Amino acid sequence: MSRTMNLVLNVWRQKSPSVPGQFVRYEAKNVNDHMSFLEMLDVVNEELSAKGEEPIAFDHDCREGICGACGVVIDGVPHGPLGGTTTCQLHMRTFKDGDELTIEPWRAGAFPVLRDLIVNRSALDRIIQAGGYISLRTGSAPEANSLPVAKIDSDSAFDAATCIACGACVAACPNASAALFTAAKVSHLALLPQGAPERADRVRKMVSQMDAEGFGHCTSHGECEAVCPKGISIGFIAKMNREMLSAMASAPNELPTREK
Amino acid sequence: MELNARAPAGPIENRWSDHRFHSKLVNPANRRKYHVIVVGSGLAGGAAAATFGEMGYNVSCFCYQDSPRRAHSIAAQGGINAAKNYQNDGDSTYRLFYDTVKGGDFRARESNVYRLAELSVNIIDQCVAQGVPFAREYSGLLANRSFGGAQVARTFYARGQTGQQLLLGAYQALERQIDAGTVKMHPRTEMLDLIVIDGRARGIVTRDMVTGRVSAHVGDVVVLASGGYGNVFYLSTNAKGCNTTATWRSHRRGALFANPCYTQIHPTCIPQSGDYQSKLTLMSESLRNDGRVWVPKNVADCTKDPASIPEADRDYYLERLYPSFGNLVPRDIASRRAKDMCDQGRGVGPEVAGVRRGVYLDFSDSIRRLGRNVVAERYDNLFQMYERITGENPYDVPMRMYPAIHYTMGGLWVDYDLQSTIPGLFVGGEANFSDHGANRLGASALMQGLADGYFILPVTVSNFLASQKAGGVDESHAAVRQTVAEVEERVNRLLAINGRRTPDSFHRELGALVWDQCGMARTESGLKLALQKIPALRDEFWSNLSVPGTGSELNQSLEKAGRVADFLEFAELMCKDALHRNESAGGHFREEFQTEDGEAKRNDDEFSYVAAWQYTGDVSSPKLVKEPLSFEYVHPSQRSYK
Repeated sequence: MSRTMNLVLNVWRQKSPSVPGQFVRYEAKNVNDHMSFLEMLDVVNEELSAKGEEPIAFDHDCREGICGACGVVIDGVPHGPLGGTTTCQLHMRTFKDGDELTIEPWRAGAFPVLRDLIVNRSALDRIIQAGGYISLRTGSAPEANSLPVAKIDSDSAFDAATCIACGACVAACPNASAALFTAAKVSHLALLPQGAPERADRVRKMVSQMDAEGFGHCTSHGECEAVCPKGISIGFIAKMNREMLSAMASAPNELPTREK
Repeated sequence: MELNARAPAGPIENRWSDHRFHSKLVNPANRRKYHVIVVGSGLAGGAAAATFGEMGYNVSCFCYQDSPRRAHSIAAQGGINAAKNYQNDGDSTYRLFYDTVKGGDFRARESNVYRLAELSVNIIDQCVAQGVPFAREYSGLLANRSFGGAQVARTFYARGQTGQQLLLGAYQALERQIDAGTVKMHPRTEMLDLIVIDGRARGIVTRDMVTGRVSAHVGDVVVLASGGYGNVFYLSTNAKGCNTTATWRSHRRGALFANPCYTQIHPTCIPQSGDYQSKLTLMSESLRNDGRVWVPKNVADCTKDPASIPEADRDYYLERLYPSFGNLVPRDIASRRAKDMCDQGRGVGPEVAGVRRGVYLDFSDSIRRLGRNVVAERYDNLFQMYERITGENPYDVPMRMYPAIHYTMGGLWVDYDLQSTIPGLFVGGEANFSDHGANRLGASALMQGLADGYFILPVTVSNFLASQKAGGVDESHAAVRQTVAEVEERVNRLLAINGRRTPDSFHRELGALVWDQCGMARTESGLKLALQKIPALRDEFWSNLSVPGTGSELNQSLEKAGRVADFLEFAELMCKDALHRNESAGGHFREEFQTEDGEAKRNDDEFSYVAAWQYTGDVSSPKLVKEPLSFEYVHPSQRSYK
């Protein structure tokens, strides 16, 4: 039913944001192929702790692929070789006995390393703060069915809204661009009639914040789409660019810049 | 101590509107002077913090995750109930109220439940206006489905990600307020204690999980929305970080803890595959609509390839025991029967700690009857998820399922205003005990979290603040400094034990113990055994724990240690409550109290009350305080699914 394997892990260890990090070699023995990648790290950590050594720090929470907390780069690929998955849903049967793996945190200027494999992704929250919402006061909503939304638009908005803000798109991009993340929220709200009144303002503010955070530009490499655990299409980046163009055309002189 | 629920009288349909009218208001110009502390950023906390911010209060919101968008509400799959009656199938506020009281096995407060049903329709309006992409029909109008055996289709859903989409709606509203400067967000910050001054909640003590800094946050009111305690069982469908520290520490400061023995088991989770297992994954209950549950009749067949077991040697036990409901019996019955089969040695799948814990959920008949395409249309995403985790393809091999802890109905006791027994401490969402009684209906957790956060707390907290003068204490107050010192001392104590066992090893041992003795089926002898073992395990924890590293850095072992320490105390209360409740009700099944058919047998004469426990200074001797329940509208009856 299950098989076991022995692996060698080269893991990025960094005690705090201000000290330099390095790769440290660990042996993971008798790894069961039914383990998730994070459970494999749990076992390594239990052994380290038993020896009085500090365990490898990594972000994780729901462990069912939806919260977006986890994510490491495995042999150069965010969330590992399987594709279309988060690290917590990657299972060891993807690997084979004797594999030597390199495990790193997301690498991006806008995501400073906090410790080992944990980075600070609050830049993504600030992009949402800039305009990733519909301005609505609690209690002021009209009757839900008073505004029909064509199913095709609603479904398309949903495809964009499934983003879990894990940041793999940024880690995969040679420019460390957050275009796919930003485009997903811009598109989700632009595709719905509820989002229409703030549409032009929203895309301007969000793109401006994305730039202010130090994310690079999109040059259509497509690496983001390839690693996205939710399969969000780069077609949404084109959608965001169209939104931006029409926003600039409608009010060319209003390009607000936001403080970081 | 007397518990006053402050539930309004009068006709049930007018109670909330009357209560709202009689609630005091805070002048808009004065609101910014009040500091509102919200702990947790899930559906209840996120919605409350955003709404307080919109109203103009000065809000601080705390979460242990790196972003408020990751709170565990995000993982809810199925949907959210609302009495809109869009399907014209006879639904109404009263029917949702009735179903919820009955589903809770007559252990919830009628006034609260009616209000929940009443507000359900406002929630859908609110979420749609925020841009939550609920499923729609080709007409462009909202779609519904029937869920969890309800006779009406009242569940709104967003594919299998309803919780995610609702949470992102609340998160976006929260981020808008953060940008507006009304809410200050504190991510990666964990509440470790409650500050009580002159009997009133005045703030919290937190630890910054990046720098390790312990600090006090003083305010005019504290709102806890920190979730449930399912992780006391170690293996549950909860996120790894979910914990009871905020509620437990508040309990130790004087808040009564109600009905901790009411825990909900979900029957269809992917079974444990080994002793390294870190969590359990829920598969939507909708699978039982087309899957047939069975185990081999003969123990000798349990290790065989299921395809080689002839029809005559299979026991479709739910269809056999419950001919009319079959595979669709309620969650608790399906769960207990699965346990029975495995306890009889007829479980399937890998052996973990000497037992095979799994039953087959077989789609081969449905595939033959409906065709592979129809089955794929209904369940393909779930089948893929299952295959990713187990490596087995459900189109070819029957799925294996086993029950797991999923939700906890108990929580801090609150009155109709959602205020705990400590004035100024309000509790919302899964962290409180209200509304679901002894068992929660499917698609009702999201409804309760959002009702509390968007619509109830903003009214009741304002009413509280209206009679308080803003401010008055700061960080230099003796009680504040004292609480900070106690937290620091506790953190240092955890670091200084220098024993040999990790926090996880204690957590696993505790989890296995309470799962065996206080899980799906409980007995007096088992609970007494657990009550002996828990204090011993706690003693070992405090003498043999190992936490590498220091307190002044990001230290995940230290975070776990603090949470496990609280679970080790809480577990004892949960078992005490289960032992004292000499009846079976909802999620609490005591083997001594069942009908001849093996169904839960309530004892309304003696146990029609909320059991609220008071901390006495000694974890092992809490004091029981009862809130009697009365049923004016929905009269208690025994359920039957035969």
